[in-house]
Amino acid sequence: MGDYVRQMPHQGSDDMARPPSAAMRFHIDVPLLLLLMALTVYGLFVLYSASGQSMAAVIRQGRYFLVAYVIMILGAQINLQRYMRWAPWLYLLGVGTLLAVMFVGVGAKGAQRWLEVGGFRFQPSEIMKLVVPMGVAWFLADRILPPRAGYVLGALILLGLPALLILQQPDLGTALLIAVSGLFVLFMAGIGWRYIFGAVVLAVASAWPAWMFVFKDYQKQRILTMLNPESDKLGAGWNIIQSKTAIGSGGWQGKGWMKGTQSQLDFLPESHTDFIIAVLAEEYGLRGILLLLSIYLLILLRGFWIGLQAQTGFGRMMAGSLTLTFFVYIFVNMGMVAGLLPVVGVPLPLVSAGGTSVVTLMAGFGMLMAISTEKRMVAR
Amino acid sequence: MPQYIALKDPLRESRIYSARTIGAIILVVGLLAVIVVRYHSLQITEYENYRTQSDRNRIQLQPLPPKRGLIYDRNGVLLADNRPSYILSVVREQVPDLEATLVELQALVPVSDSDLEKFHKKLTRRRPYEAVPLRFRLTEEEQARLAVNRYRLPGVVVDAQLLRHYPHGELFSHALGYVGRINEREVLMLDETQYRGTFHVGKVGVEKYYEDILHGEVGYQNVESNAHGRVLRVLERHAPTPGADLTLHLDIRVQQAAVDALGDRRGAVVAIDPLTGGVLALVSAPGFDTNLFVNGISSVDYSALRDSLDVPLFNRAIQGQYPPGSTIKPIMAMAGLESGLVTPESTVADPGWYKLPGDRRKYRDWILRIRGTGHAPRVDMNMAIAQSCDVYFYDLARRLTIDRMYEYLHPYGFGTRTGIDTTSERPGILPSTRWKREAMAQPWYPGETLSAGIGQGYMLVTPMQLAVATSVLASKGQRKTPHLLQAIDGQPVAPPPLEPLIAKQENWQEVYKGMREVVHGKRGTAKYLAKGIEYEMAGKTGTAQVIGIAQNAVYNEDEVAERHRHHGLFIAFAPIEAPTIAVAIIVENGGGSSAAAPIARAVIDTWLLGEAG
Repeated sequence: MGDYVRQMPHQGSDDMARPPSAAMRFHIDVPLLLLLMALTVYGLFVLYSASGQSMAAVIRQGRYFLVAYVIMILGAQINLQRYMRWAPWLYLLGVGTLLAVMFVGVGAKGAQRWLEVGGFRFQPSEIMKLVVPMGVAWFLADRILPPRAGYVLGALILLGLPALLILQQPDLGTALLIAVSGLFVLFMAGIGWRYIFGAVVLAVASAWPAWMFVFKDYQKQRILTMLNPESDKLGAGWNIIQSKTAIGSGGWQGKGWMKGTQSQLDFLPESHTDFIIAVLAEEYGLRGILLLLSIYLLILLRGFWIGLQAQTGFGRMMAGSLTLTFFVYIFVNMGMVAGLLPVVGVPLPLVSAGGTSVVTLMAGFGMLMAISTEKRMVAR
Repeated sequence: MPQYIALKDPLRESRIYSARTIGAIILVVGLLAVIVVRYHSLQITEYENYRTQSDRNRIQLQPLPPKRGLIYDRNGVLLADNRPSYILSVVREQVPDLEATLVELQALVPVSDSDLEKFHKKLTRRRPYEAVPLRFRLTEEEQARLAVNRYRLPGVVVDAQLLRHYPHGELFSHALGYVGRINEREVLMLDETQYRGTFHVGKVGVEKYYEDILHGEVGYQNVESNAHGRVLRVLERHAPTPGADLTLHLDIRVQQAAVDALGDRRGAVVAIDPLTGGVLALVSAPGFDTNLFVNGISSVDYSALRDSLDVPLFNRAIQGQYPPGSTIKPIMAMAGLESGLVTPESTVADPGWYKLPGDRRKYRDWILRIRGTGHAPRVDMNMAIAQSCDVYFYDLARRLTIDRMYEYLHPYGFGTRTGIDTTSERPGILPSTRWKREAMAQPWYPGETLSAGIGQGYMLVTPMQLAVATSVLASKGQRKTPHLLQAIDGQPVAPPPLEPLIAKQENWQEVYKGMREVVHGKRGTAKYLAKGIEYEMAGKTGTAQVIGIAQNAVYNEDEVAERHRHHGLFIAFAPIEAPTIAVAIIVENGGGSSAAAPIARAVIDTWLLGEAG
C-alpha cells in the first residue's frame, strides 16, 4: 500500500531536488502559520479594547498564545503514524479521566468538569476534543471506506461514550462539540448520505423528547431567551439584547478602536470572553467582521487543502474533522452572540480570552501541520 | 473488481474524500454566509435602530433645576434664601431589588411613612434612570452612614440640592408664605418640563404668587454614564436660568415692631406706604415657622398648627373679616361732607341714643353706659370723630341711606379684594340693599343702616382693606393696589395706578382734623398715644362686637370669656402733613381699641423715627 502511494503521479518531483527549507525541516505549514498569526494579532487588539485597555489581559493572553504556539510546533514534529499509534491509548486514557471526573472531580457552578492532580486543575473534556476524533479516525483508518454499517456503529459508540460522560457533568455544549467532531470523521470517511439524512431526521424527531426529559431548566431557559430576549430584559435576555445592540450600533465603519460605548461602558457582559465578537463588531463595524471571517475562511480552506493533500486515511479524516470542528466554534460563537443560536459557552476561536481552548485548538493545528508535512515526507 | 474481495481502494477513497471536502466547503461557506447575512442585517439594515438604542443606553438627559430667586426686604435683608441640603434618592433601574434596598435604607436612616408614600408616587411618574428622592435634609451622620454602605447599595444616590430656608421663620410667615414639596395636584398643573428636577413649589403667599418669577428656567445636561449608572462625562450642557430675586416693600424693622407690640395676642397689623401702595408690614399673629413646611411638615407638627384654637395658619391680615366698628367713621364723615349732607359746622343733638322716626327702639351710643348721657348736647363732626360719637353717624347714615353709603365707601376698597400680590385674600362685605337681596334674599331694614353707619352689622373688612382705606384717606384719594413687590432683580416694578378718588381738599382737611383730635385732642379716644410723640398722627379707634349684646345689657369686660371680648381696632396715618405710613390694626378679643392703638404708635415710631416706640 505504501508503495502505491509513492507512485502517486501528482506528487511534484521538485521537492526532491530542492534542499529542505527551515519550514520544512520543522514541519511548519507556512500559510497556515501566517494566517494563525494574523488572527491572533487581530484578536489581541480586540482584546486590549474589550478588557478595558488592560495591558495585563493582553500579556496574559499573549503568554497563552506563546505556550499554544510552542505546543503547536511541538505537535507538528510528531510523526502522524505515531499519533495514530497513540490514538487508542489516548482514547482509553481520556475516557478513564472522564470517569475519574465523575467520581472525584471538582465542581463549579453546579457542574463537575475538573480533575485536580497535584494542585493542577484540568478539564479532561477539553482534551477529548482532540482525542475523540483521533480515536474514531484510528478505528476507521484501516477499514475499507466508506465504512460498513457495523463499523459506523462502532465509531458511533466510540464518540458517543465520552459525549454521554460529558453530557452528565453536565456540559451540553462540550458534549455536542465532541460528538460533532467524531461525526465529522465519519462524514469525511464517506458514510452514505442515508446515514446523514437519517441522523438529521432522528435529531429533529428527538427534539421534543430531549426538551422534555434531557434538557435541564437552565438549558431550556437559554433557548427560550434566544427566541425572545425581550421576555427577560434585565435577566437572561440582557446579554443578548446588549450584544445585538453592540453589533448593530457598530454599523459598517464601527465606532473605532476603544470607542465602543456598549463595551467600554460595561453594557456588554462577558465582553472579553464569549462575547468578544460583539466588541469587534461594535468597534470595527461590518468591515472588521468581514476581515475576521476572511481570515477564518482562509484558515478553513487551508485545512481542507491539507486534508486533500494527506496521504493516509487517518490524516485525511483528522484534517477534515479538525477543520470542521474549528468552523463549528466560529459558527456557534458568532451565531449565539448575534442571537441566532442559544447561548452556550463556546469561545470565539483564538480571539476570546482564555487559555484552555487556545491550547487545544493550537494542538489541533499542530496535528494539522503534522498531516501537511506527512505528504511531503512521504513524497520524498 | 469483485466486491467480495475486501481491499482498500485508495483512489476511490481519495475521490470520496475530495467529494466530501467539497461538500464540507459548501456547508462552511453557506453557513458563513448565514453569519454574514445576520451581521449585515444587524449592522446595516437595523443600524439606526441599534445606534439609537446604544445611545439611549449611555446618554441620559439630566434636568438641572434652576436656583430659586431670593427674597429681600426693602433694606436688603434676606427673607428667603437657599441652603445646600443633602437628599437621598434612588435610581430604580439600577436597583436589583427595590424592597430589599428600601428595607436596608430604613435601617440606615429614618424614613417616615409619608416619605415612603411620596417616594412611591413619584416612582410611577419618573423618567428612566431618573433619581427619585426618598429623604430630604440628611444630617451629617446620616450622610456618613450612607457613604460607608454605598458600595452594597447600587442605585442609591446622595446628592446636594439647594433648599429654601427662611432665616426669620415665624416673623414673616404670613407675609411671605412658603414653599413645599410638589404634591399630586400640583404636578398636573405645573409645566412638566420646567419642573423636572425641582421638588418644591410656592404653596402660599408671595412664594406662590411670584412662583413663575422665583422659579427660573430649567437647564439640561446630556451625560454619558456606564451600565452601573456612574456619570462619566458631560456631553452637552444648557445651564439653568436662576429665578429672579425679589425685593419687597416690607421693612423688617416695622414688621418686627408690629410683632413685638402684638406680643402673644391674636391679631393683625398691616402697614402701607400711601405714596406707593407698598406694604411695609403684614403681620398675622400667631404665626408659625415656615421652615417646617419646606420638606413636608410632620403630622404631629401639622396637627398642632391645624387644631390650635388660635388658628396660626389663618392669615388674619388678608383672610380675617371683621366688623370695622368706629374705624369707618372718618370715611363716613368724608361721605357726609362730599354728599353735602353735613358741613363742618352742622351739629346733631346727642342724648346718648338715637331713634328712627316711628320706631320705639333706642340705638345707643357707646358713651351712654359710661356717662349715662351723650358726648355733648350738640355734636359737630370734629367731636364726632375725636370722641367717636355714634349718634352723629346714626343720623348721617340714615340721611345718606345704605345704597349711597355703598357708593361713597366702595372707592376706598371695601367689599372687593384689594388685589394685593399674595394668595387667599378675602373680599369682606360692603352691604347694600342689592347685596342683602342677593346674599340673604331679604329686604333691607332701616335700622340696619344705622348699624352700618358705625361699622357694625353686616359690614366686614379685612385688616388689609382697612389699611388700604386708611391709605386712600392719607393720600387724599390716591388709590393704589397694595403690593408687596418693590423690585425684580433690582428693577423697580409697580402695579398700574387706579383711578383717584376726587374729593374737596377742605373735606380731607376736615376729616384729618377730627382724626388728629383722636390722638392729640384733650378728649380724643386715643389721646394716651400722644404722650411723647414726635410727629402728628391721625387715627381712629374702633371696637367690634364678637357677640351680640341685648338691648339693655351692659358689656363688662371682666365678665366675658376671653374669646368673647370685643375686638380692638385702630387705624392711623402719619405724619399728617405728608403721610408716609398708613396702618390698620386689629387685636382679637382685645377688649377695645386701647389694645390696638399702642401697636400703631410702635409701628409708626419705628417707620418714622427708625426705632421701636
